[in-house]
Amino acid sequence: MALIEVRNVYKIFGTGRALDTALDMAQTGAEKNDVLVETGCTLGLKDVSLSVERGEIFVVMGLSGSGKSTLIRHINRLIDPTTGQILVDGRDVLEFSTEELLAFRRGAVSMVFQRFALFPHLTVIENVGYGLEVQGVEPAERRRRAMRWIEDVGLIGYENAYPAQLSGGMQQRVGLSRALCTDPEILLMDEPFSALDPLIRKQMQEHLIALQRDLKKTIVFITHDLDEALKLGDDVAILKDGVIDQIGGPEEILLNPATEYVREFVRDVKRGRVVTAASIMTPPKGDANGPTVSYDTVLQDMLPKCIDSDAPLRVVDEAGAVVGAVSRRTLLRGLADHGVKK
Amino acid sequence: MMNFIRGLFPEWAVEWPKNLNLPLNKWTNDFVEWLVTEYGVIFETASDAILVVLVGMERFLRDLPWVVVFLGVGALTFFSSGRKWGLTALVAACMFFIGLTDPRLWDLSMMTLSVMLVSTLICIGVGVPVGIAISRNDRMRDMVLPALDLMQTMPSFVYLIPAIMLFGLGAVPAVFATVIYAIPPVIRLTDLGIRLVDEDIVEASDAMGASKRQKLIRVQIPMALPNIMQGVNQTTMMALAMVVIASMIGTRGLGTEVLIGLQQLNVGRALEAGVAIVLLAIVMDRVTQAYGGRFIRMDGRG
Ligand SMILES: Nc1ncnc2c1ncn2[C@@H]1O[C@H](COP(=O)(O)OP(=O)(O)O)[C@@H](O)[C@H]1O
Ligand SMILES: [Mg+2]
Repeated sequence: MALIEVRNVYKIFGTGRALDTALDMAQTGAEKNDVLVETGCTLGLKDVSLSVERGEIFVVMGLSGSGKSTLIRHINRLIDPTTGQILVDGRDVLEFSTEELLAFRRGAVSMVFQRFALFPHLTVIENVGYGLEVQGVEPAERRRRAMRWIEDVGLIGYENAYPAQLSGGMQQRVGLSRALCTDPEILLMDEPFSALDPLIRKQMQEHLIALQRDLKKTIVFITHDLDEALKLGDDVAILKDGVIDQIGGPEEILLNPATEYVREFVRDVKRGRVVTAASIMTPPKGDANGPTVSYDTVLQDMLPKCIDSDAPLRVVDEAGAVVGAVSRRTLLRGLADHGVKK
Repeated sequence: MMNFIRGLFPEWAVEWPKNLNLPLNKWTNDFVEWLVTEYGVIFETASDAILVVLVGMERFLRDLPWVVVFLGVGALTFFSSGRKWGLTALVAACMFFIGLTDPRLWDLSMMTLSVMLVSTLICIGVGVPVGIAISRNDRMRDMVLPALDLMQTMPSFVYLIPAIMLFGLGAVPAVFATVIYAIPPVIRLTDLGIRLVDEDIVEASDAMGASKRQKLIRVQIPMALPNIMQGVNQTTMMALAMVVIASMIGTRGLGTEVLIGLQQLNVGRALEAGVAIVLLAIVMDRVTQAYGGRFIRMDGRG
């Protein structure tokens, strides 16, 4: 079973009778805008179901106001659903008593925030150790474990600085180490890099990828940037007005957009970084003798070989067997989103 | 003309009927009397406790060599303001001028200061928890805030009378009246300060599994401190004003001097005491502000 299961969650912001009406409307298929006009309640999430496997990066992508923050806050129950179920490791989060919920947040799950949300009156090391402090860990031990993470994100020398003295990128590295310091199984990241400059954002993405290779956490990652989603996500869910339009691997989303909305979205993506040889190759030709590429090479990385070789590239699987061919024309088509079939 | 208009109405509509009288006056008196007879013991105990602290504080401040008080206040200002020489010099000058105005005024200032300090401490001790409570509970807040408005708009003299009835004459009723008059800013600004703490940051604390208590002590109160200190500052100022007024019910201190000056038409004497009060106010204001400023600077926002 998946580590995180969200089942048929509806979230409506409102109170009293209006809320009941709004829920009825949502359950019978009404859309966010209709619900708002009719009842004055905001439809945050509508019939959202998803499952996140252990060890994967699950990305939720959507525009501002689509309900991403609302969704991710259901997982550690900073927000309670109007109806629906949330299971983490087989346990129903909504059944937790107050103590169980605190224990769950202290141990199993932590969160990184878009606007960092560091404690401004605490130093870097105190910020990073806050989770341990809450757990009642001794100060010396706390310092030791916090230092390990400060070192990991490259902030040695800043441990006694206050957050306001750091740049945005550094602040978010503090936010990341604060989340990692309790060694949680699940990391919830709500647009963690959105407030950063493009270059810093790229560094942080690389850092996260490297980190994930070592740590194998289960990460739910929120973003409004499709490129980021496709780069980081093992699975990507597209959220629109509180409804999930599509869930799938990056390539699947790119190649088979489920709705017009998703299609619109993926149009401007740099496909060369996501689409792989396996997705565009034609059946192998017996006499071909071009250079070989692995089936999971992204199109961009095939360009140099393709330019140098007049013969089509031969696509090979892990065992080295030829499974397909890619000609210049096929490659160009793939890059141009033209006639590509899965 | 007027007679004509009056003639148009029945008698009860012309003059306010004598028996249409809400006996608020009598009720209040009855209530206070009832309080005194029923709960006199409690008031006596409270009174004794306050008196012990008050006398201790007063004796301490008066017995200390003035040089020590002078240097102590100077050092306090210097370090809590983050080593600002100018501010420290100003505060020291004010302290010095209190004595310089008239040597007797130094002792009287120490008396006023002790009533004020004790009142302020009680205000903080009661006001901060109340402020925290109403910041968490909207319904309680809706009940408390109008009460605070009432307490602040009521002429401050009004508190003196029940204070006397409950505690007799002297310094204790002065403390009581002062606390009632001066407590609203601490409550208000504690409430405001806690409500103003960035929601993201409260959420971060929640997400780490902090209990309400941990969150309050480690995050909300520290982050609300600049506001709370602002409230304490206002409270000290109001307490000082009230302590002066409370000299009418027998608190000794600078207020007494003003009162005597007025009674004897000795303008000079009243003025000297008035100047000392102003100087004391400046000292208290700067010291509490400097102390509040600390917390703003500490997180780098100031
Ligand atoms: N506490 C709340 N009360 C009322 N409406 C809310 C609340 N939180 C979020 N919303 C609404 O729910 C929708 C989704 O918000 P959010 O999850 O923050 O979107 P995103 O993170 O994708 O930008 C928005 O329309 C927002 O206005
Ligand atoms: Mg958001």
